[in-house]
Amino acid sequence: MDWLYVLMPISGVEIFWPGLIILGLGVGIIGAFFGMGGAWMVTPGLNILGFPMAFAIGTDIAHMAGKSLISTLRHGKFGNVDYKLGVVMIAGTVVGFEIGAQMIMWLERIGRVDITVRYMYLVLLTFIAWLVFSDLRKRLQKEKAARKAGKEVDKLATGIEWHKTFHKIKIPPMMHFKMAGVYCSMWLPIAISFLTGWLAGILGIGGGLLRMPALLYFVGCPTHVAVGTDLFEVAISGLYGTASFTYKGRTELVAALVMLIGASVGAQIGAVATKYVKGYGIRVFFGFAVIVCALSIICKLIAAANPEVRTLFDTLATILILGMVFAMSTYIFVLFLRGVRKELADKKARQGK
Amino acid sequence: MRKIRIKMTALLFFLFIILPGKVMAAGGGGESIVIVADTRRFTGAMAWWTDMYNDSHLLFAIVTIIIIPVVGVIMGVIADLVMSRVGIDLKHRDLAEH
Repeated sequence: MDWLYVLMPISGVEIFWPGLIILGLGVGIIGAFFGMGGAWMVTPGLNILGFPMAFAIGTDIAHMAGKSLISTLRHGKFGNVDYKLGVVMIAGTVVGFEIGAQMIMWLERIGRVDITVRYMYLVLLTFIAWLVFSDLRKRLQKEKAARKAGKEVDKLATGIEWHKTFHKIKIPPMMHFKMAGVYCSMWLPIAISFLTGWLAGILGIGGGLLRMPALLYFVGCPTHVAVGTDLFEVAISGLYGTASFTYKGRTELVAALVMLIGASVGAQIGAVATKYVKGYGIRVFFGFAVIVCALSIICKLIAAANPEVRTLFDTLATILILGMVFAMSTYIFVLFLRGVRKELADKKARQGK
Repeated sequence: MRKIRIKMTALLFFLFIILPGKVMAAGGGGESIVIVADTRRFTGAMAWWTDMYNDSHLLFAIVTIIIIPVVGVIMGVIADLVMSRVGIDLKHRDLAEH
C-alpha cells in the first residue's frame, strides 16, 4: 500500500494523501458554507496525518488561500460577495493582523502568554456564541409579536440590530456598499477589520471566525453576503499569510495542492448549499461550530493545567474538532443533495406544464 | 450621539496611533530555525523544488504565491463545470434571513 503515501519534499515526512483530500473536502464544505478559512479545524487534522507542527500552519494557510478563492468565485456568481467592502477591509485586516502577531511576540518575551491567549480566545468564542443565539431568540420574539399583530416580519430583518447604531456614525467619507445593502462611514469596516485582524494575529488564527459575526452584527450585512465577503477577505489575507510563512520556509506546497483537490469540490458543495438554507440556518450552524471550538479550547486548558491527563484531553480536543468537521460536512452535503433534488424536481414540473 | 463619536475617535486614535508605536518599540521576530530539505531523495521536478527551497526562500515564496491562486482558479473552474452539468441554477439565489 505504498502508493497511498507520498513523500513530502520539504518536511521529508511520508503522508497518507487520501487523508489530505478527505480533510480538504470536509473543511472546504464547512468553510464555504460559513465563510471562514477553518485553520482551527485543519491544523489538528494535519497533525494527526503526521505533519510536523512547523509546517502544519503554513501549509494550512496556503491551502486556505486557494480554497477561499474557489469559494469566492462561486459565491460571487450568486451575488454574495461585496468586493468593494472586501477591498476597504483588506488594509485594516492586514495591518491589524501584523500588529497582533508582533504584539504576541512582544508579550511572549515579557512572560508566559499561551494560557492567557487561550482564555481570551474562550471569552471571545463564548461572546460570539451568545451573540448568535440571543440574536436568534430576539428574531423569534419579533416574529411571535408580528404574528400576534397579524403582520409579517421583513425577510431580511434580524434580532440584534447593533449595526443600526454604528450606521449613525457619520464620519466622512460615507460609502454605499451595494451588494451588502449598507450605507455607512468608510471608517466602520476599516475599524472592524483592524480589530478582528488584530485579535486574529494575537490568537494565531485566520480571523474568519471573528470577521463573519462582525460583518453580521456590526456592519449589518445579510448572512449570505457576510459569508461571501468574508471568504474574499480570507483569500486575500490567506495569500499574504502564505507569502509570509513560505518566506520563513514553513509551507509544504505539495500537501496544500493535494488538499486543494478535495477542497475545490468541497468549496462548490458548501457554497451551493447556502442557496438552499436561509440566513438564520447558517447563523445557527455557525453558533454550534463556535461552541465545539470553545469546548476544544476548554479541553486544551484542562490538558495544560493537569500534566497527568494531558494526553487524554489533548486527544479529546482533536476528536471534538475532527468529529465536528465530519458531522457538519456530512449534514451540509445532505442539505445540498436535498436542495438539488428539490430544485431539479421543480424544474421538471415547470417544464411539464 | 456626540458621546459615541468622541468614544469612537478616542478608540481609533488609540488603535492607529498609540498601539503601533508600542508594538514597533518592542521589536519583532522569534528565534530563527533553519530547515534544510533533503534533495538526495528526489529526482525531476521534486528535486528542482527542494533545490529552490534550499537556495532561496524568496524565490520559493514567489513561486508558491503564484501557483496557489492559479491552481485554485483552475480547480475552481473545473469543479464549476462539473457542477453546471447537474442542471441547477448557479447564478441566482433568494436572499432571506428566515
